[in-house]
Amino acid sequence: MLRYVLRRLGFLVLTLILTSMIIFAMTQLLPGDTARVILGREAGEGALEALREELGLNDPLPLQYGNWLIHFFTGDWGVSFSTRSAILPLLMGRLRNSLMLTVVILFMSIPFAILLGLSAGLREGKLLDNLISVGSLSVVGLPEFVSGLVLIQIFAFGLGWFPANSSIRIGSSFLEALPMLILPALTATLVLLAYVARLTRAGVIEELKQPYVRTADLKGLPRRTVILKHVLRNALTPTITVIAISFGWMISGLIVVENVFNYPGLGRMLLFAIERRDLPLLQGVTMLTVVGFALANLAADLIYATLTPRIRLS
Amino acid sequence: MTERNHHPLLEIKDLDVAYRIRGSVRRVLRGVSLRVESGSILGVVGESGSGKTTLALAILRYLPKEGFIQAGEIWFDEHPIHALPLEQMRTIWGKEIAFVPQDPSSSLNPSIKIGEQVAEMLHLHPDDARARVIQLFKTVQLADPEHVANSYPHQLSGGMQQRVLIAMALNLKPKLLVLDEPTSNLDTTTQAAVLKLICDLIRDRGMAAIYVTHNLRLVRQVCDRVAILYAGELLEEGPTQQIFDQPNHPYTRGLLDSIPRLGENKSHMRLRSLEGRIPLSGEPTLGCNYRSRCHLSIEICEQHPALFELSGSRVSRCHRWDEIDRGEIDNRKSSAESIPILRTSKKRLPILGIEDIRVDFPLQRTFEEFIGRKQPRKVQAVGGVKFEILKGQTLGLVGESGSGKTTLARVIVGLQDTAGGTMRFLSSALPSRLNGRSMETLRQLQMVFQNTDEALNPYQTVEEILRRPLQRMLGKNRTAAKRDVLFLLDSVQLSAEYAKRLPSQLSGGERQRVAIARAFASHPTLLIADEPVSSLDASVQAAVLNLLNDMQEKDGTAALFISHDLAVVGYLADVIAVIYRGQLMEVAEAHELFKPPYHPYTEALLSAIPKIEYKNGHAKIQLKGEIPSPLEKLEGCPFHTRCPHRLGEICDQEQPPWRTLASGKRYFCHIDEDGLQKLSQDNYFRDYAELKE
Amino acid sequence: MIRVALGAASTSTRRLKIIIAALFQRPSSSVGVIIVILFAFLSIFGPALAPYGPNEQIAADARQSPSIKHWFGTDQLGRDVFSRVILGAREVLSLAGLGTLVAVFFGSFIGMLSGYFGGFLDEVIMRLFDSLLALPAMLLALLLLGTLGPSPGGLLIVISVVYTPIVARVVRSVVLRTKTKAFVDAARLQGESLGNILFREIFPSTLPVLAVEASLRFSYAIFLVSSLGFLGVGVQPPSPDWGLMVKESRAFVTQMPWAMYFPAGAIAVVVIGVNLAADGLRKALQDD
Repeated sequence: MLRYVLRRLGFLVLTLILTSMIIFAMTQLLPGDTARVILGREAGEGALEALREELGLNDPLPLQYGNWLIHFFTGDWGVSFSTRSAILPLLMGRLRNSLMLTVVILFMSIPFAILLGLSAGLREGKLLDNLISVGSLSVVGLPEFVSGLVLIQIFAFGLGWFPANSSIRIGSSFLEALPMLILPALTATLVLLAYVARLTRAGVIEELKQPYVRTADLKGLPRRTVILKHVLRNALTPTITVIAISFGWMISGLIVVENVFNYPGLGRMLLFAIERRDLPLLQGVTMLTVVGFALANLAADLIYATLTPRIRLS
Repeated sequence: MTERNHHPLLEIKDLDVAYRIRGSVRRVLRGVSLRVESGSILGVVGESGSGKTTLALAILRYLPKEGFIQAGEIWFDEHPIHALPLEQMRTIWGKEIAFVPQDPSSSLNPSIKIGEQVAEMLHLHPDDARARVIQLFKTVQLADPEHVANSYPHQLSGGMQQRVLIAMALNLKPKLLVLDEPTSNLDTTTQAAVLKLICDLIRDRGMAAIYVTHNLRLVRQVCDRVAILYAGELLEEGPTQQIFDQPNHPYTRGLLDSIPRLGENKSHMRLRSLEGRIPLSGEPTLGCNYRSRCHLSIEICEQHPALFELSGSRVSRCHRWDEIDRGEIDNRKSSAESIPILRTSKKRLPILGIEDIRVDFPLQRTFEEFIGRKQPRKVQAVGGVKFEILKGQTLGLVGESGSGKTTLARVIVGLQDTAGGTMRFLSSALPSRLNGRSMETLRQLQMVFQNTDEALNPYQTVEEILRRPLQRMLGKNRTAAKRDVLFLLDSVQLSAEYAKRLPSQLSGGERQRVAIARAFASHPTLLIADEPVSSLDASVQAAVLNLLNDMQEKDGTAALFISHDLAVVGYLADVIAVIYRGQLMEVAEAHELFKPPYHPYTEALLSAIPKIEYKNGHAKIQLKGEIPSPLEKLEGCPFHTRCPHRLGEICDQEQPPWRTLASGKRYFCHIDEDGLQKLSQDNYFRDYAELKE
Repeated sequence: MIRVALGAASTSTRRLKIIIAALFQRPSSSVGVIIVILFAFLSIFGPALAPYGPNEQIAADARQSPSIKHWFGTDQLGRDVFSRVILGAREVLSLAGLGTLVAVFFGSFIGMLSGYFGGFLDEVIMRLFDSLLALPAMLLALLLLGTLGPSPGGLLIVISVVYTPIVARVVRSVVLRTKTKAFVDAARLQGESLGNILFREIFPSTLPVLAVEASLRFSYAIFLVSSLGFLGVGVQPPSPDWGLMVKESRAFVTQMPWAMYFPAGAIAVVVIGVNLAADGLRKALQDD
């Protein structure tokens, strides 16, 4: 098991290094001269050159990359071009908001998704299964801005239960923010719910076909024991992995959802950084997201290994 | 309810089972009637598509959800199984009827400890349950039961997993066991031990059992009565000995005759093969299902035959049962013409010589090895094998799974790299890599593969499959190659219309015929055949073996014939080599191998094969344990961990010498000829040349 | 069952017919296929069907609710929403379709080579792809678009880069499974060339999986294109891209909801249709 953990950690580091290279390379290719972005249109060539030298923009790219990486790991993420504020504290606030939203999404979707997937899987081919399958299939590919706008129309404009705009105050507590979190969370939940339910259903159907289920039945165990103790244990293992992996999916979704609802999370910040060509901010947001995603993947691998004796004991 | 004056433990009356597939209903069992008395074992024998597994599941009322009992009754100990609500079956499962499956590794829950999986059916206090589990594990002769109980399934070998499943089945002392091919996934020597255990336990406890299998040899040794299923129908049923000695139905006779006896050889007689193919399951037929393959079929066979009662509580579904029973007609096919015995002129040229061939499989590098830049560990698959094949000769290579026999085949054709050793082919050095070999060498060296499902490209027609080798290796143009495909098809007794078919439209036997045609397309000098019949049904094996032999005769092709089945190898080979854990144990002429003195491992193998001609009880030699994992490095003789005649430390530490006997037999053992002669318990050689009238 | 029927079909056209018949056996997948066909038709014949041009402004008719003259109403600039939705089909479907094709082409090519040869090359490619996949798709798309600038060409590259690794992985896994099969060994033993082994022996086995993957990718590509349009970093005005139309009319949603909900509905219908059809195809080809 230790060996497995070390291997996974090794992969994580390797992936992060490669990813950071990709991010660095892409942000370097962004059009526009950083020095001119900072100093503005009317700056003289001399001032520009001095700033370039100061920022290390004239260094060879590998050196720039090395410096950037070292700064990143030491917590010096630089200053945003457009807001003139330090990036790390700025992003931490945004990260907190995004995490609050994520927590609501997970609580709203996962238990329900597992329940739906399980009921569909146990009734494969029956009416309920077909309804759940077609329903989830229809929802799963729907862009969040479409479902989000429909939800706003119904719950904000129509029923007036929740606000259409979720631009919470900076530093507001979870409970304060909660009413504003419901609609964006519901929007993201739809997709995640459908996705996880489909995977749970597939897992249950796959496990039900395994000969060990026949053995358990023919031992004379009650059906409930067979399902809860034998089938679910194995069927949920991939689901748990998938939940962690769907973090990536959720991040993509959150970028759109946060922009639909004007929610001040990392997703809005990302789009803001791109629109303003704010290089350090963009690098910060992407790296933070990628690290989060990689950690979620690592967690998925480790949970999977813990739940699978074949891996845990090797 | 009809008055039943005698109550057998299990009674099946006119059972029809069908599957609902996309709106249409396919009947896979028709009018099956069987009885099982307490304390007896009924063997149910059938090939694929015969409905034998469906029958086993119907008795358990555990059909797949598409399946249902269409008509008929199943009575078990006063329970109408066919009519019980499903929930009530749970009070019967495990407690009254228990099941032993054929695939032990997937039949245990991978994420629950073994002990818990057995204990959970007991409804006892955990400590009592634990004690009971340990005791049960001792009964099924599991070494170290405490350890087994604390293990997960993947930590046990196949034989141990099967013992656990047997323990589970016995746990609640059921009256009836349903055994579905319980040993078919185990190695020959393990199989013998597990089978003996099952039979002893059934007899000791006075249980009844239904033993579902395709293996007639096992049935003869184990069952009191035997039922023969064919295309969903019962064709014959009766006491085992009578059916095996005097089969009434032509199918039973044909099946029994087509199986090579241990020690029978092609130089004595041709196998009596069954022609044609098994009808697809659920195919509606009028008349006798077997008539298209039957040499006795006459006009009346167009009508569906009833089950006729013979004397001695036997039944047979043949219109001509009476004539056969009275001996007026012979249900054995007219004596097969014997094939010309090979000209055994002693001085044939060697065409393939391999010397000291070694193959290693590297293991995935561990983290420490990766960091320390150490060489990854290796598993030795083949360790220093040497043999020769002469022109036109067939060398049989026999060994259990993991013995390295397939690896060796792949080395010779160039699909597997070696770690050492040299090969010579047709008096020049044979490069180990395929890239290093000329087109001419490829042409001369061809292979037939084991798994018929994977041997042919599913997206190519038979014509394309057979045309490519003609174009590539013989340089024919497309038109000429197309024409020659028809000759090739004809040579493997397939009609020209097969050219347009895809592999999925062929039966297993037909696919293997195409694979053989492809291998012979280039007129090779040496053919490597890796278990060419082991994935085929019993009734088509003989025909494919005969075909292989005919093709070889015609071209004078030599062959390396690989199998785990000593009877099959014994039939087709001129010389037999026995391999164990990557090393040869013995090399001898086919008939000499079956005569004493025996190498200890060969003798264990011979003893583990049940006879089909007579009931000889269980294997006299029961090897302890199982084949050690290839990860385990062993000094000395590779067989020392299980050898019943182990001398002492010398066997564990020193490599045994190769000894040669006057008969030409060479063997690898510390025990000399006299010693082996004294130790050999039985004589497995029967001279079929003499038996033949 | 379908597999048996497919096996019995000897020509590729007959196989195609069987697959199409299977698609229409389930109500859900037949609905999907009909939707896909309808929108494909619109994207080909859209210009001939649309009553108005995409940017034809009829100032007098601005902000009109749906009527006989303007089926889906008009927007704030007096453009006919119905025409724009019809003409947008070509924008979205051609971009998504072309991007998917490019991803399928490169993905299957790389997946084939990587899977067949294995070793160091495979290791490098797969690590690189892992890193690309470690970036959430939308993030990668935004980064790329930021770099390339918002243009149809940029979008095409984005879709290809985002989906090539996924297709390559899927193809590679089939190749890994297929290359150890005996029929590939048999081809090597009869001296077939590398090209023949790759394309004649192995490639056909990847087709069912590839077809399903391509249809799924197509649906996600539509999703991606319209989402990027909505975020304002995809196709730029005045294109009748559906995502962009939603974005532009969002400010006026209370006054003229039709201008937003018709394009949004078009996206929903297309995506659901492609998903249902893809799922039907998966069931037909992989026999569930």
